[in-house]
Amino acid sequence: MIPSIVVFIYLAIVLYIGVFAFRRSTGSRDDFFVASRSLGQWVFLLSLFGTNMTAFAILGSSGMAYQRGIGVLGLMASSSAIIIPLTIFFIGTRLWGLGKKFGHITQVQYFRDRWQDNHLGTLIFALTAIMLVPYIIIGVMGGGEVMETLSAYATYQTQADDSIVTTVHHYVSYELGSAVVALVVMSYVFFGGMRGTAWVNSFQTVLFLVFGAIAVYLISTKLGGFGGVMEKLAASKPSDQLLSRERISQAEFFSYMFIPLSAIMFPHIAIMCMTAEKVTHFKKTVIFYPICIAAIWVPCVYLGVVAAQLFPGLTPGEANGVIPLLLANYTEVWVAGILGAGIMACVMATDSQIMALTTMFTQDVYAHYITKSPDQKVEDRRQVWAGRTFVVAIAVVSWLIAWALHKQAGIFELAIRFAFSGFAALAPIMIAALFWKRSTALGIWIAVLWVAFAMTGSAWLHTMSQPLADALKPGPGTVQIFPALGDMFLRSRGGVTVYGFLPVMWITLICAALVVVVSLITKPPRAEIIAKYFPPKSSPAPASQPA
Amino acid sequence: MKWLATLWVVVLIALHQDFWLWTNKTLVFGLLPIGMVYHACYAVVAALTMWMLVKVAWPKEFDELDQSSAEQGNRP
Repeated sequence: MIPSIVVFIYLAIVLYIGVFAFRRSTGSRDDFFVASRSLGQWVFLLSLFGTNMTAFAILGSSGMAYQRGIGVLGLMASSSAIIIPLTIFFIGTRLWGLGKKFGHITQVQYFRDRWQDNHLGTLIFALTAIMLVPYIIIGVMGGGEVMETLSAYATYQTQADDSIVTTVHHYVSYELGSAVVALVVMSYVFFGGMRGTAWVNSFQTVLFLVFGAIAVYLISTKLGGFGGVMEKLAASKPSDQLLSRERISQAEFFSYMFIPLSAIMFPHIAIMCMTAEKVTHFKKTVIFYPICIAAIWVPCVYLGVVAAQLFPGLTPGEANGVIPLLLANYTEVWVAGILGAGIMACVMATDSQIMALTTMFTQDVYAHYITKSPDQKVEDRRQVWAGRTFVVAIAVVSWLIAWALHKQAGIFELAIRFAFSGFAALAPIMIAALFWKRSTALGIWIAVLWVAFAMTGSAWLHTMSQPLADALKPGPGTVQIFPALGDMFLRSRGGVTVYGFLPVMWITLICAALVVVVSLITKPPRAEIIAKYFPPKSSPAPASQPA
Repeated sequence: MKWLATLWVVVLIALHQDFWLWTNKTLVFGLLPIGMVYHACYAVVAALTMWMLVKVAWPKEFDELDQSSAEQGNRP
């Protein structure tokens, strides 16, 4: 009961932050969707980092470390520690500049204007929206599960034969827990808009960093230090492989470097880049981002490996819950409650995705196709209320899906895995838009269609080859999916590879090649568009509204 | 200077592939696997690299937008 009370207090705090942000709002379009482009440098850093710190990344990394060892830190975290700050440095700052100059709020507004093609923008909107929806559903599902787990209690009944039957009950059911999470997130996004979301994200990031450190300390104290656990692990075969990268192939490790490219194509990150008050706020963000990554991921990966020694034999699905399992077994009940709130904080990173999807719907569909009032105040009010209506609609639909498809969570988890690759594979499009004058709409059309086709094909290959993976022993072993094609398509326990490399590497490289080749054989963009987006350094482009 | 910075970024990305530690199970201080220590330090070096890039390769063309927004903010 105590842990659920602590979580409810936490939910009340984030709700209050949303209401407080509402009091600061001016009611304008820019205020609701990009916090009037006024976030200070620390809020900008913490909210940008918190936006990327999802339950999938945190709990998934410890679950993956449980199965594949400490190499997960290099695989998922240290690659992000260099690639994500680089993309924010080179791409995020430019997106910020374009937002300031031309009033863009979303990537699609920029792409539509950059390549003068409405339908291309709609295609990119549809693809990114499809890849974003599973995050929101998983967030609501995760919230329900955490609430249910934290509110569990047991009753014992003695039978006639003196045996004891234990029954587990929950003060808060999954359905009620997911409804509460959806309602709280909906409320502070509804009222606070981007400002509320950014403040809550900052609060959540601090909470997770502080309580994460406390969790590691408490678990370590209870265990009498981690040294003994590690020595036992080093002495046991084949679990000692977890202390090295023997369960990860070098080709997979190399090609995983492409995944962090997804960050700048995530709509919630790109839109967040438009919220900074000053471009100089990016300086601290790119410098401290790698440190924040290390502070979060080093303990998560380490605890995943520790759990492999303490709780051997968990299934991959169960392994994703090793951090709550460690908390439940090695901390006091009130501490578990506070740390449960910390876990809830990362589960509820779904707010950024709801805000991003709302912004995309309002700007890229509603404002673009439907409403066009000559009065700016009327137009602003319409867009803000359309956004708020959409927030309610997403929250309700997500909860209904989370409720109806509770047992099929694996489908959405799989969809998220492919969404990471899909967003990464779209990165060449953003790079072409910003840095290559000669890129054309047709080149981008073909590249986007390729990414959609290749991601669908990868998902199909992954699903149809699952029985092959189930038959493999732990380790980097692989099996040919189509023996007639040799090593072209291989299946490991981690997923499908193409000649040993992750599909994301090939899809991204082919996407980049298609942009280049098709652009070069099609008509160059108009001179005025080039002049608008690539002005000579001495004459900055005039400010205007997005097309 | 920018060329040196670019070269260092390329070297740093290459250093991520620490194949020489692949099967090394040494425990630093008896509790931290060496492959993990390497990548934790890698993140710190990445932070220092970003600090260097901010110093030598910052896109100064956007600084004037900072100034213009500050001027707008000061208007009565």
